Amino acid sequence: MSEEHKKIIVGDRRPDGRALDEMRPITAKAGVISRANGSAHFAMGSTVAIAAAYGPRELHPKHLQDPVRAYLKYVYAMAPFSTQDRVKPGPSRRSTEISEVSRQAFNSVIFLEEFPKAGIEVFVEILQANASTRCAGINAASIALADAGVPMTDLVSSCAAGKVDGKIILDVAGEEDTEGEVDMPIAYIPRKDEIALLQMDGLLTLDEFKEALELAKKGCMQIHEKQVAALKERYVRVASEIAKKGPVRESAEEVA
Amino acid sequence: MNGTMEENVESAPAPMDPGSVLIASNKSIVVPGELIAKGVDFLPGSGTYKEAGEVRSKVLGLVRIKSDRLISVVPLSGQYMPFAGDGVIAVIADVQISSWMADVNAPYVAFLSLSEGVEEYVDLQKSDLTHYYDVGDVIYAKVLSVSKRKDVKLTMRDRMCRKLHGGNTMKITPTKVPRLIGKGGSMIELIKQKTGCHIIVGQNGLVWIKGEKQDLAAEAVLLVERESHVEGLTDRMTAFLDSIQQVI
Repeated sequence: MSEEHKKIIVGDRRPDGRALDEMRPITAKAGVISRANGSAHFAMGSTVAIAAAYGPRELHPKHLQDPVRAYLKYVYAMAPFSTQDRVKPGPSRRSTEISEVSRQAFNSVIFLEEFPKAGIEVFVEILQANASTRCAGINAASIALADAGVPMTDLVSSCAAGKVDGKIILDVAGEEDTEGEVDMPIAYIPRKDEIALLQMDGLLTLDEFKEALELAKKGCMQIHEKQVAALKERYVRVASEIAKKGPVRESAEEVA
Repeated sequence: MNGTMEENVESAPAPMDPGSVLIASNKSIVVPGELIAKGVDFLPGSGTYKEAGEVRSKVLGLVRIKSDRLISVVPLSGQYMPFAGDGVIAVIADVQISSWMADVNAPYVAFLSLSEGVEEYVDLQKSDLTHYYDVGDVIYAKVLSVSKRKDVKLTMRDRMCRKLHGGNTMKITPTKVPRLIGKGGSMIELIKQKTGCHIIVGQNGLVWIKGEKQDLAAEAVLLVERESHVEGLTDRMTAFLDSIQQVI
């Protein structure tokens, strides 16, 4: 492979023109699904995910109920039209695995003990896939859960680092993902400096691994900012719309 | 500080530890994990947690600081969690042999026993419980108790508790109920007065409205739901109700 392998990264520029430690443009929005308790839309470049969070609510099937804590259900699915080849709807080996690792990432931040027997459910749908779909899914789910009012110690942020042409890069995308040597998605809890998810395919030396991890953490911090902004934006917008209309009357009286 | 004498006055709060710093201001919006205050002088109230001497938010909500020390966060969204003594609006979900199960808009179904539901003596052999409450009936009930395992029991043995005939029910975010009621019931009185509707607000976020102008009342309730986190709500509500009244 390496003999005929043509370089993807020329100089310090990547195929889409990014620098090595540059992320794709991120957009995040909370409250996109009206019937869910909380929801979010999250896009990193052309990878787009939406998430809907429900609960805490009654949990079915009943055998999943835990008398001392809530059960978190996490369903990751790719829309049939999300990639070039049609994705067969329904659970697959891959989507079941991603659902489970994402679920475990969130288990460590949600105050599950506050809702014994109940269920908290998150449904993530990938609308458009171009690498790092589990990361986009986790980022969307994090916003959706906070938007639903689920108590958490922190927001979870996720992004991937990788190695292409011997160089450590942030936010693997496009041909870097298919042709590159390593793809390593992580989910990060910024406040505690904890890793909630870490997967890797390919080979890295210990030093490269450390470099990639630090780079991915940096990326997660950028995502964290976007998540916070997305959550606040909705409420700030209402406030600014009211402010634009001007005060109804002087000396506004407050009701506690 | 120049006022050393004043600090000895009983009502003045004890001086703060130099390591105590308040980071988020009162009424600011915070997200889960956001740092609100640092240091030994701050206490974590509802919606917050303290770890490594730092008070942080658990939920998306508004910071509320009581007597400069107690920090809580009022959630902007979230489910209702039943609490003993709450007045709730419940929908009967099932009729059983000697009890009812009711939906109280919480993660747990509530249980209403025959003795707590009906005052008079009921002969189970002869009577049909649906005569009192049938599936789909809306009732105003009190939460009698909530066990550690979250078994919720209701009671009708309280004033105000009754079956609600007719009208419509709507849902709002349970944490916004105090704003809808207002200080001493001022906000809800205002809506009742201007629309002429009967309105009952359950602590669980269900609102029952009956009257000719119930659409108008519902819109007023939604205004609280949408704008409760912005100051000057009462004034906007008055203006809103007046403007609609003129159109009609």
